[in-house]
Amino acid sequence: MQIKNKPPKALNINSIRQDFPILSQRIDNLPLVYLDNAATTQKPITVIERITEYLSYQNSTVRRGAYALSEKSTSFFNEARQKVAKFINAKQSEEIIFTKGCTEAINLVASSYGYSNFQPNDEIIITAMEHHANIVPWQLICEKTQAKLKIAPINELGELNLLELEKLINPRTRFLSLCHISNVLGTINPIKKIIELGHKHKIPVLIDGSQAAPHELIDVQDLGCDFYAFSGHKVYATTGVGVLYGKLSHLEQMPPYQAGGDMIERVTFEKTTYAAPPSKFEAGTPPIMEVIALGAALDYITNLGLENIKAYEHDLLKYAEEQIQDLIPEARIIGRAKEKASLISFVIDSIHPHDIGTILDQEFNISVRVGHHCAQPLMNLLKVPATARASFAFYNTEEEIDILIKGLKRVIEIFKY
Amino acid sequence: MSKLSQLYQQVILDHSRKPRNFGKLEPYTHSCEGYNPLCGDQITIYLNLDENDIVREIKFDGVGCTISQASASMMTQALDGKTKEEALKIFHEFQQMIVGELDINDQTNSLSSSNSLGKLTIFSGVKEYPSRVKCATLAWHTMNSALESKNKISTEKEDLIN
Repeated sequence: MQIKNKPPKALNINSIRQDFPILSQRIDNLPLVYLDNAATTQKPITVIERITEYLSYQNSTVRRGAYALSEKSTSFFNEARQKVAKFINAKQSEEIIFTKGCTEAINLVASSYGYSNFQPNDEIIITAMEHHANIVPWQLICEKTQAKLKIAPINELGELNLLELEKLINPRTRFLSLCHISNVLGTINPIKKIIELGHKHKIPVLIDGSQAAPHELIDVQDLGCDFYAFSGHKVYATTGVGVLYGKLSHLEQMPPYQAGGDMIERVTFEKTTYAAPPSKFEAGTPPIMEVIALGAALDYITNLGLENIKAYEHDLLKYAEEQIQDLIPEARIIGRAKEKASLISFVIDSIHPHDIGTILDQEFNISVRVGHHCAQPLMNLLKVPATARASFAFYNTEEEIDILIKGLKRVIEIFKY
Repeated sequence: MSKLSQLYQQVILDHSRKPRNFGKLEPYTHSCEGYNPLCGDQITIYLNLDENDIVREIKFDGVGCTISQASASMMTQALDGKTKEEALKIFHEFQQMIVGELDINDQTNSLSSSNSLGKLTIFSGVKEYPSRVKCATLAWHTMNSALESKNKISTEKEDLIN
């Protein structure tokens, strides 16, 4: 068990900002105000240096080659898998599969687990606040197996209603997949309760943790989830690597997802037997540099302390919500869940988010996300074509939120009637 | 003029606030719905062409950002009374201007410009903003597809990158 109730320590943000080279650059003499952390995070110097070191002096393939360089590379690679296991408190590192991102991790489960377990008229439950990555893989497998997709509704605050969710469960329900934190609403779902609910009905549960891994202390053993997926580039590592945690009992039963080198035990043209997990699910040469960099990124945030990060980002969110409410009355915040991560989606009456994004960028060097955030069904439900979204990391500051407010005032000035 | 004020000129803001020729046209000879799934913009163009292929009426409706609404509004004004052939020529020039392949200051003589864009050159600032090119051209691609008698297009399906 990880210790969960340590009181948070204050982070030294000025010194932390020094660790991120990108934050010190200026464009047209304006500092970069990077508020698109839910899309991707910036990289600390320790990650950048680890990549340089690996590519400069250690590059070689893993699990191959009887030579020192490859043995070294393999050992760094394995060490990174152990770091990931420790980061989410998995029982053993064999339960950690490296994928190319969170999207592939979910696709792996939908294809492998889904195809071997779902029958016609079986039911799969997802929620109304899912990212396309946690909708479309299930739609595809439902088409193939003739299973049906059921959608758990959300209330006007953007929270799941657990009673409504439970009502959807019936003897034909075979799987439940939902996000830990919504990328549009910021809602932190009570996943422990939901996992218990699923297990009460013998339904395995996958958690899409892409928005949670950078902000929450994750303990997969305590949660009891069957699968947990997240992305490397959203936890201060690079693109090209993601993580799928799966309970070993599931991974042993599941058929391979892709086939090739590294995932086999013995191959003849008549029959092939497969390697044990995680290798069974890692066909081909893995993203070695990316995995090692992921290890370095997890070291960096573990060293800051997830509980400290969470406390700081929570204060930042409160400050930003108050400032927007008090100073930008034209703005409407979308997603008012009681438990919320550090992101704010908003719309401003009669001003399109795309125009907001352009002005913030051009006049203030502020990066925010505008659009449907890969959650079109949720946008339809909220009856907005798009929103603007500011999402915060531990290197953001109240001063940056003040610049955002200044920017939004300017947007309104330009477009007001 | 700054890059930004080049993009959001008063005329563009005005057309976006009070779009001209906004609404449905019934009956129509040509219509198409255009959709940009990246930003959620959606537009429908309605046209009435007479027996000589001259645009007699043109209207649009839908939702979108300042650039896409203003572009649609000014397009309807520019194409009213034009032949199908002229409309397609203007579309082609507009597209070239938006991606910076047409020099709008190139004049063959002092009296008339070598292109047929007229007031539409106000959108030339868009070329500085690659992420806004689709906003400016959505209505035009939709109009083009309507004339080709397609019903629906999406910026992510058609070859609408430019």
